[in-house]
Order: sequence, then structure tokens, then C-alpha cells
Amino acid sequence: MGAPNAAGDWSSEMEVDAFRRLFPLCYFERHLSESIRPDARPLKRARDTIVSLGAVASSDGSALAKIGSTTMLAAIKMEVMTPSVDSPDEGSIAVEFHMPPICSPVVRPGRPAEVAPVISKQLFDSLLSSGMIDLKELSLVKGKAAWMAYLDIYCLDADGALFDAALLSAVAAFSHLRIPVVSLNDEGRVVVVSKELEGEKLVKEPVNEERRKLSLNSIPFSLTCILHKNYILADPTFEEESIMETFITVVLNSSGQLVSLYKPGGPVLAHTSAIQECIALTKHRMKELQEIIDEAISIMEVD
Amino acid sequence: MEIDRADGRSPNQLRPLSCSRGVLNRAHGSASWAQGNTQVLAAVYGPKAGTKKNEDPEKASVEVIWKPKTGQIGKQEKEFEMVLKRTLQSICILTIHPNTTTSVIVQVVHDDGALLPCAINASCAALVDAGIPLKHLAVAICCCLAESGLVMLDPTKLEEEKMKAFVYMVLPNSILSVLPEESSSVKGEQMDHGLITSVTHGVMSVDDYLHCLERGRAATSKMSDFLRRNLQPRLSSDSSMAG
Repeated sequence: MGAPNAAGDWSSEMEVDAFRRLFPLCYFERHLSESIRPDARPLKRARDTIVSLGAVASSDGSALAKIGSTTMLAAIKMEVMTPSVDSPDEGSIAVEFHMPPICSPVVRPGRPAEVAPVISKQLFDSLLSSGMIDLKELSLVKGKAAWMAYLDIYCLDADGALFDAALLSAVAAFSHLRIPVVSLNDEGRVVVVSKELEGEKLVKEPVNEERRKLSLNSIPFSLTCILHKNYILADPTFEEESIMETFITVVLNSSGQLVSLYKPGGPVLAHTSAIQECIALTKHRMKELQEIIDEAISIMEVD
Repeated sequence: MEIDRADGRSPNQLRPLSCSRGVLNRAHGSASWAQGNTQVLAAVYGPKAGTKKNEDPEKASVEVIWKPKTGQIGKQEKEFEMVLKRTLQSICILTIHPNTTTSVIVQVVHDDGALLPCAINASCAALVDAGIPLKHLAVAICCCLAESGLVMLDPTKLEEEKMKAFVYMVLPNSILSVLPEESSSVKGEQMDHGLITSVTHGVMSVDDYLHCLERGRAATSKMSDFLRRNLQPRLSSDSSMAG
């Protein structure tokens, strides 16, 4: 099995790790021709995914999501604000994606990752346009008070497919979210009712009764695929992403509609057949992710 | 089903295109691209020696700076920069000048819809003006989807805001070749029908998306012709170019 290039001559004399570092593309192509990847996954399979709800006790909703080694921690804090004049009966959400230096050797304190604001914006667009959250549910008193949900996602380990893991953790955090109980105080401002006051008689009735959940419809799920020559690899690791630079991220919501198809350049052109195959892989992945989230929710409700 | 567009265009009609190259004196290459009222100015400086720390020194790298018309630089501008950078990296031949950086500065003059495609077209023309080696040109188009399911090309800002969803797509320019058609096709699809970049906003069904792709592909041949005609006369009369 001699390859007609310099790499082939070395492969019989070199250790595997050295070959992997020196000729990464050749190393991967040897695997791809056997329809397998270095971590023994078939080309179309995603890595093992774990979701755990309630990871941050002090927040109103939180979740930890791991896809392979990529780890994301999402937490939601709710604050009361005055709604804008154009939409007096709607609350809002603010999404911030952080890549602290712990996640990757590339990120240093003075050198923030380029990809962080881009992922923040993409998450915000996907969460809003998919219709998962009805902003009217976040309203308290029309025209006077509404909830602002601050969603912060921290990347703890960046090993490829960052957007997928971030979206999964955001969705899980929203499904764990419990809206705090509030009431109007003497000056007419909305304050959060803390646990100690609940036993005493309140001057006014609470604006909302118990800590309720948001009703989530059409949840978005995503899958990133790498295109390389004729191969399509689902859920890449960081090494795969840096060697084969063309990726497509498809976001579908649970009603099967396309929320986003993001392909930012890359040396490989995507033909319609490749796009359709990526969409089919995402549909399949969506079912897996839906089961994982449902299971995490049911575990939490048992507690 | 007929829909009346505010400026009286048909759904498949693009706005009037205009492109002028060499508008800036100090830049190595520059171009101003206008689609209707949307106008973008792009300048190219480079190749300059050295790459940034995170970039691969074995290839040339492209750096993009996006300047909005007003306001501070926020996440939207960073997203545009990233999409533009990756798109331009895929059309430049990066192995010719390793360990160099080419800077592309994009200034938004006026935003009236389809801003990112306009910027990509302007950057491509500026790269040609600077003489940066390219594999092929890129043609960018915006396609929007109305509530009724009608697909319209090249929306204005008002149309973009009213629509259910829109797609920005970048395709390679159509091949003008002396070879017969079959030799340039890959698995029955034309080489020039592959998608370089796609960015979508809003929710649409998968079939609608594929329909938008088809419409966009059909329109790129018109834009490619315009681009070719625009780039051609300059080269023959430009005495500073060799050949």
C-alpha cells in the first residue's frame, strides 16, 4: 500500500504519533479510505453526548453539555427590565458566548478567540428565529415590566463542533429554567420574592404564582459536518477541523424546518447532493439529541 | 402568484450593478461595487510579509477588516469579517506566496439590503485589481423568501425586513470553456454549481432552501457575464500590467 509521495516512504519507518504530527492530512486520508476515523468512529457518527441539568445552583437555569471532549456550561440569570416601546408585551434574551483561556491553547487573556463573537451571534439568531421561546411568555406587566434572560455559555474544553455543543447546552438550560416569583413592592417596582418572605403576609399578591417553566416548542438542534473530497464527516474534533477546513453547520428545529445552513467558505465546494446528505445526517442526529434531552429532563424531575 | 415589489422589479430581476476598480490611489487594489442603492468600497493591501500568530506560515493568509457606515464594531461586523475571510481564502491560491498576509478592508458606504453579497463582490473585484492570484472569481447573491413561498432575488432593506427568511450564497463564476460540457462535471453536476458559502437568516423549509439555491445559480450566470465584461477592458489598456 505505497503512497506515491514522500509521506508514504516514511510511514513504514516512523512511529504513528510522529506520522500523525508530520503528515496529518495523509494520516487522515489513510483512515478515510477505510471509512473510519482515528478515534474508531464511522464517518457519519457523532461522538458520545451527555447533558446534565442544574449544574450551576445559583442561577435560574443551567446545564452542562459534553459532545465527546467538547464541554459547554450554560447558565441563565433572569432580571426584570422595562420592555421596549415597539414591543411592550415581550421580554428579551441576551446571549454571550465566552471562550476562557482554559478551553484551548490558542486562546490567551490578551488574545480573545475570533470565533467567540461569531458563535454568540449565531446562537442568538438560531434561538430566536427557531421559535423555541415565545417572548410574550417573558412579559410580566404589559408596558412596564418584562423579563430579560441573560444566557452565558462558557466553553470549558474546545475540541471541535463548538456551535453544536453550545446550542445543546443553551437548549438544555432553557428547559431547566424556572422563572423566579416576583411581586410589586410599595414603590410600584417589581422585586423578586425571596424564600424568607414567602411565609409572611405580602402587601400585594405576587405577580406570578409558582416558579414556572417556559414552554418550549420547535427546539433547534444542529450538526456540523466536514466536507473533504468526496467524504462527509459528521461531528469533527478540533484536529479534523484544523486539517480539513471546509465545514457546514445545519440547524433544524423539531418541526423539520431549516433554521440555518452555515457554510463559511472553505476549499471544497458543496454540491446539492452533499447539502442534502448533511441535512439528512442532521435529521438523524436531531432524534438522538431529542432523546438525550428528554432523558435529562426526566431524571431532573424525579429528584 | 404575482407580488408587487416596491421598485417594480420582477422576482428574478437584479438591481442595476455597477463596479469601478482602481478608485483608491494608495491601496494596491480597490473596487467600489454598487447594487441599486447598496454600495460597498473594498481596498486590498498586500501581500505583506509575515503572518499573524495563529495562522499557518506555510500558506498565505487573508485578513479582513469590516468598517460599518455608522456605529461601533459589534458581533454582526465580526461575523461578516469571518465569513468574508473564509470565502476569500477559498478563492485565493494560498500556496503561491507562503508566510504573507493580504489585508482586505471593506467600508460600507450605504446599506440597502444584500450587504454581505455586495461586499463579497467588491472584495473579489478589488483582489483582481491588486493582482492577487485567484483560482476563480466568486459571485455572491441574496435570495429571500416571502411568507407566501415566493422566492425573490436581490432584496432591498425594506424587503429583507419584511421577508420570512433570506439566504446569502456565494458561487464560483460560470466557466467559459472550450472543452465539451461533460468533462467539467462532477457526478453529473456542473463544476460551477458548487456552493462556496451560504449564510441564512430566518426559518424556511428544506425544499424552499434548495429552491433558493436553484434560483441563485441561474442568476449567477448573468452576474458572471457582468463581472467578466467589467474586468476585461481594463486589462488590455492598463500599460503597467505585463502582457
